[in-house]
Amino acid sequence: MSEATKPYEAQMHQLQREMMAKYFDEMTALAEGASGYNAHLLVSGNPVELLRAFDILPVYPEVNALQIAVKKQALPFIQKAEEMGYSIDNCAYVKADIGCFFEGGKAPFGKIPQPNLILCNYVGCNVYLQWFEHLAEYTGAPIFNLDVPFLRGETEEASEEDIRYVVKQLEDLIEVCERITGKSLDYARLQRICGLSGETGELWTKIKELTQRRPSPFDAYFDAVSLMAPLYCLRGTEECVRYFEVAYKELLDKAEAGQGPLPEERFRFVIEGPPPWPYLRIFRELFSKWGAVAVASTYSTVGGIWEFGFRHDAAHPLESIARHMLQWNLTNRGLLTRYQQIRRYVEEWSADAVVIHSVKSCRLFSAGQGDMREYFAKELGVPTLLIESDLEDPRYFSEAQMRTRVDAFFESLEHKKMLSVGGSQ
Amino acid sequence: MNYGAGIDVGSTQTKAIILNEERRIVGRALIDTGAYISQAAERSFAKALEDSGLRREEVGYVVGTGYGRFKVTFGDAQITEISCHARGANLIFPNTRTVIDMGGQDAKGIKIGEAGDVKDFVMNDKCAAGTGRFLANSAEALGLPLDAIGPLALKGTNPVRLSTVCAVFVESDIMSYVAQGKKMEDILAGVHSAIAARTIALVRRVGIEPEVTFTGGVSLNIGMVKALEQKLEMPLNVSPESHFVGAIGAALMALERAVAGDVAEPATYAAGAPRPS
Repeated sequence: MSEATKPYEAQMHQLQREMMAKYFDEMTALAEGASGYNAHLLVSGNPVELLRAFDILPVYPEVNALQIAVKKQALPFIQKAEEMGYSIDNCAYVKADIGCFFEGGKAPFGKIPQPNLILCNYVGCNVYLQWFEHLAEYTGAPIFNLDVPFLRGETEEASEEDIRYVVKQLEDLIEVCERITGKSLDYARLQRICGLSGETGELWTKIKELTQRRPSPFDAYFDAVSLMAPLYCLRGTEECVRYFEVAYKELLDKAEAGQGPLPEERFRFVIEGPPPWPYLRIFRELFSKWGAVAVASTYSTVGGIWEFGFRHDAAHPLESIARHMLQWNLTNRGLLTRYQQIRRYVEEWSADAVVIHSVKSCRLFSAGQGDMREYFAKELGVPTLLIESDLEDPRYFSEAQMRTRVDAFFESLEHKKMLSVGGSQ
Repeated sequence: MNYGAGIDVGSTQTKAIILNEERRIVGRALIDTGAYISQAAERSFAKALEDSGLRREEVGYVVGTGYGRFKVTFGDAQITEISCHARGANLIFPNTRTVIDMGGQDAKGIKIGEAGDVKDFVMNDKCAAGTGRFLANSAEALGLPLDAIGPLALKGTNPVRLSTVCAVFVESDIMSYVAQGKKMEDILAGVHSAIAARTIALVRRVGIEPEVTFTGGVSLNIGMVKALEQKLEMPLNVSPESHFVGAIGAALMALERAVAGDVAEPATYAAGAPRPS
């Protein structure tokens, strides 16, 4: 590994590994018969606070699928699902998860437990809805569909009706959790948990604001994707708050010292789309070779957008959970609201360029990215690159094609930079 | 006298060009790439040197481009074919604002500025529709040599409508038209028209602004030139050197660096950028 891509290693990384290992151990223990409850849910706008109030462990099939991909073990599971009849074009997260289930639920990081509840908390993607229906059928676990209306139009505001609609369903969900666990909701505890989530959101926001500095102290894509794992798996706990306190302090020190993830920050970009997990290291190297640092990413907001002011609120726990699900996560937003989110990143985080990584097996989120490219390149004049592979399926990653596009893009940015420097000399 | 060389290692063919300080071509070579990419690069350079009568050490700088650019192990820098086509097209036709490049497995559109700088580009992704391979498969399905299909397509008066732009499935489409007794020239006119439409749709994403220069191996096909011109309703610049434009752009950037006295650059932050002249 070259100097440029050697990862920065600090206490937060150690802490993160320990916390995530403990989380996966808990999952494995449940799979091996330890007493306790777990629910399978989706990352998008996850209502983890509510589950935690019942001591139900959140299990994210998406997180499991991406961990499988990072460990380069996705393909046999994907093929297993295809043998069963899942289409080649079907979301590869779904196939990796279903394949893994039928191979005994043994993932490289631990065992996936039989769920006590299948909580489909994101219905913006109808493939996801069916994924969870399939899981319910295969596992025999009860399913609860939370119908969260899509954020409509160009606004970031959800209507009061939408909020009431979701709150009502959360109340139904509370009854379901009470039935499963045999405990009634401790409201004060839910409030405390929401308070901790609020603190976490505050710290995460402060961390994200650090990348507005030059140089950016960390990569808001490649580093953020591992930084944020506890945000979904452990949000609403004391240890999660402590972790983000440590991370903030360490990253602030780095920022104060003028250190970035690369020896030199030559380009700042905003990136849309998840990374190709099976080729994460190669993908990162394509950018770091050019001194290009991601200063903001939409992918790091899939589970929640805190940097624009949203906080979970101990005084109004259910309403704030509903707002999180409706308004404050990337995937529940329409395309035009997504444009504006990226535009804010470009402007407020001073980016030179936008990179869109389109996911072959995700039509829902890739549809419209051609228009997105045009909007940024033509209407706003921001150099924008659109590349495509997949988030899980290694068969869609063509390194040579990817390299040519990324290299050509930065060659043109480099040329532009030289022309402007040449002009001012 | 300073010289710069460009080696364009494409998926199908490898092109080498040597330019002198007047930016004139003094040596060239064109060979099939084959399976041994480094050797193809070496051989094409040796042939171009032979063609020019120069010795290896007289060439001050070598730039590798194309998919095999990292296999030009004797090169001083690697630059993508996108930047190279932009510079090459700008050298030959200085008023070029849009480049349409069609190679063996690639189709791309490049929007360029006055200095030959890349303003925007698009490429085909994971699909050989609209590339040389589509035409080669069509020629093969009809049992014709590749260089015969362009002129024949021009004779078509009633082009067939293909149901696919897939480079693999086009063969069965063609065979069904053959079975129906359609004329060879009408089938080929349909093939060229389908590819032209597909390519233009791709290039429109960057915006088509005149003058448009057509480069890459497929630009040697007169049927494709005419099909594109007809659909775009504007003339295309096509140089007799159009096949070599990527190598010419690479040689031009090599020459600039040779003149500037650059030595081989470290691999970090790559060598990619063209130098303002």
